[in-house]
Amino acid sequence: MAKFEDFEGRTSAWCPGCGNFGILKSFKQAMVELELEPHQFTIVSGIGQSGKFPHYVRCNTFNGLHGRSLPVATGLRLANHRMPVFAFAGDGDCYGEGGNHLTHAIRRNINVKLFVHDNQIYGLTKGQPSPTSMEGTVSKIQPMGLISESFNPVAYATALDCSFVARGYAGDGDHLKELIKKAVNHQGFSLVDILQPCVTFNKVNTYDWYKERCYYLEPEYDSHNRIKAFERALEYGERIPLGVLYKSERPCYEDRVPAIEAMPLVKQVSAPPVLKELMEEFF
Amino acid sequence: MNTLISPHKGVFLDYSIKLGGEGGQGIDTMGSVLAQLFSRAGYHVFTHQEYESRVRGGHNFFQMRLSDAPVCASRAPIDILVAMDRASIPVHAAELAPGGMAIYDGRATKESHEGAQFLSIPFVDLALEHGKNRIMANIVATGAVLGMLGIDLQLLFAIIRQTLAKKGEATVTANMDSARAGHEYAVRECLKCAFIAAPGGPGKILISGNDAIGVGAVVSGCKFYTAYPMTPATGILNYMAGKELSHSIVVEQAEDEIGAINMALGASFGGVRAMTGSSGGGFALMVEGLSLAAMTETPVVIALAQRPAPATGLPTRTEQADLLFALHAGHGEFPRVIFAPGSPEQCLYLTNKAFDMAEKYQIPAFILTDQYLADSAWTYDSFDQDRIVFNDYRVRGEAFQGLGEYKRHAYTESGVTPQGTPGDGTHLVVTDSDEHDEEGHLVEDALTRVRMVEKRLFRKLPLLAEEISPPLMYGEGEAETVIVGWGSTYGVMKEAVDILAGSHKIALLHFSEIYPFPSVKKLDYLTLLEKATRAVCVENNATGQFASLMRRETGFLFRDRINRYDGRPFTVESLLAELKNVMDAGKGTKRGEN
Ligand SMILES: Cc1ncc(C[n+]2csc(CCOP(=O)(O)OP(=O)(O)O)c2C)c(N)n1
Ligand code: SF4
Repeated sequence: MAKFEDFEGRTSAWCPGCGNFGILKSFKQAMVELELEPHQFTIVSGIGQSGKFPHYVRCNTFNGLHGRSLPVATGLRLANHRMPVFAFAGDGDCYGEGGNHLTHAIRRNINVKLFVHDNQIYGLTKGQPSPTSMEGTVSKIQPMGLISESFNPVAYATALDCSFVARGYAGDGDHLKELIKKAVNHQGFSLVDILQPCVTFNKVNTYDWYKERCYYLEPEYDSHNRIKAFERALEYGERIPLGVLYKSERPCYEDRVPAIEAMPLVKQVSAPPVLKELMEEFF
Repeated sequence: MNTLISPHKGVFLDYSIKLGGEGGQGIDTMGSVLAQLFSRAGYHVFTHQEYESRVRGGHNFFQMRLSDAPVCASRAPIDILVAMDRASIPVHAAELAPGGMAIYDGRATKESHEGAQFLSIPFVDLALEHGKNRIMANIVATGAVLGMLGIDLQLLFAIIRQTLAKKGEATVTANMDSARAGHEYAVRECLKCAFIAAPGGPGKILISGNDAIGVGAVVSGCKFYTAYPMTPATGILNYMAGKELSHSIVVEQAEDEIGAINMALGASFGGVRAMTGSSGGGFALMVEGLSLAAMTETPVVIALAQRPAPATGLPTRTEQADLLFALHAGHGEFPRVIFAPGSPEQCLYLTNKAFDMAEKYQIPAFILTDQYLADSAWTYDSFDQDRIVFNDYRVRGEAFQGLGEYKRHAYTESGVTPQGTPGDGTHLVVTDSDEHDEEGHLVEDALTRVRMVEKRLFRKLPLLAEEISPPLMYGEGEAETVIVGWGSTYGVMKEAVDILAGSHKIALLHFSEIYPFPSVKKLDYLTLLEKATRAVCVENNATGQFASLMRRETGFLFRDRINRYDGRPFTVESLLAELKNVMDAGKGTKRGEN
């Protein structure tokens, strides 16, 4: 069984105090507790501070393009649907550049786990507002304050009947670890939006700011009730709920693809069919 | 016999049939049925389609040639014109060959055309009478064409039974009765129909460019095809989808072209052969992903079916104007392979070669076609299994586990590092869109960058160049005129050379493996060109992209160029006319100053 140290990757280039460290630790712990070995899963990421995540975890890695982790993860999952595939993305990465892919990953219900480092800012490009930045956010390119309304990922995902919608917080490692495990164990597409303080560029949504507002969904909360889930998903401001907001059990995509019913595609790679057989329909 | 003077020696029969009608009238179905029937009867067939970018209405046509000798392009004079709409007669009647016949339904269109070349057949009335449905007008017309050619109905009946059996006996009978009615009407009324279809040989294969790419992919072990629909590449997606069950292929309609290429890369990274396809605008969206394939050294095959642009251009028409785009697409510098097949046969074999090159060198490989080739069907006697290459270059299973250590991007002499399969064994497979070290982890140091550029680009390029086949030479060895082309113009150029061969010393050089540009080592095409009195570059684009590439790669400058850029393909006649202009008095049009 793998130990925490077995997942030790490269030395990180994140700022000291960054919320990403909390996510990294929770993730490795979750892998240990899920009894996964480094070679047994693949992390696909995009670009941004979150995009560097897989380099800091020893595992199979495809670090692709800004916003494009989900299509790569989808292709990989269809090629080998016995291997867990985790997508890591930033809020700009996934809700901005890659918004269309998110919509369709949810629709497909592909069994990929998406973890979004939601710091409500663009970290790597130095502090521009992201889709989840709050209205009025002031930055170099929005000196008069951000005009657009903030994008609510969990409400959006719930509205699309995403099969697993959760919100975590990088400042509570144990809770986040449990969420990651739940997401991994869920059959279907899972979105875990993780509130992640950016200590360098986001001076509004700080550890203190989140601490004051975040609360845990009560034990009797029914995550299968979509209407109630939607109500909670809309809660963002004075109070911010953490936990599994919404869950629906619907068949995941790869379970419905006939070509891989018996065996993953990657196990079906052998001598291809002969020409003659394919030409018959053209006579 | 038809009055068309055939260019081929010993050719007995060479008919052109044109079916015209509105979108939604099933012209393409009717054309496909006839073409299939003729090829089963053993004739050589060539078909091509032109259609408007609308689903109903508009004017479309489907043209076919049937002959007892190989044919590979459409000719302009029409022997039988089937007018299913009003527009077909005014638009196409002038194309009728002397002795040609137009059939139309004067009762339905309330029009009559005087003259020996026109025959009104009540398609709709006969359909209502024998098939109880006006939809059968098509099959009445199909029967009539066979009647005019003196071909009996048995092969048509077989196709009807085969394709309509699912719909029940009543439908089959209604179709057969309608076909018979059309056939009898034509035999009875078309006394002037002097067409004689000599018995054909053994049944042939009839296949379009798009289908041939699909076959090429499946026979190469492609396991994952993903695309967003875009004319004229959609046919490949349709073909592949039809093979999902029978050949265990995952076919995914992506949310957009960006998603498509990234999904293909994900699947390829996962260990299976993957392909995507699109046309200009869709491929434009894929460009960032193309560079990702290069940086991560992930094999991928891209079918780029050209159509006229910029932007949406003429969505259903044809053009060869994305060669330089395919060549230069992508940010940064990296190797790629570009193939431009000229026939369905080349589509098939070059798709296979594209997969082999992509996998062997872990690079993107292109198959560049266009609407004309994608939607044209040609006949063949057979294809050759021995020409199909399949080597699984990946390291899998125990072989992967057996490696002492594994670094996805380790430096090697050839630049190619064995591609491991994630999950097979305890080795990790790591790659990155950022510059990376041998293990695949992000780095920024200058030395690693230099070594990686050398690995990806400089080491692979010379090896790739060795794999490229020379252009195809056809015709006179000591030619005075050499016509040069690439991709889909092959057929029409070959026919033009056949026609001119009797009176001119002429040859054709056709390039289908375009990048890396073929060297003169295997065939000294430059000497051939330099010795010729004139070298003419024929392209279905405005600026002469291939001519520019040739200048860049070899220094050779074409003085004469023939460019067609009205969104239509060359026909044998239009090319002959342009060639005549160029050759007259050896003036040279001097349009080739690059
Ligand atoms: C196509 C493309 N556009 C823009 C960029 C530049 N870019 C890199 S990271 C980034 C935003 C990062 O923000 P976010 O996704 O929120 O991640 P964070 O760095 O905050 O974790 C941008 C715009 C890029 N790499 N690629
Ligand atoms: S810029 Fe912000 S998100 Fe990026 S590493 Fe620093 S603290 Fe973290």
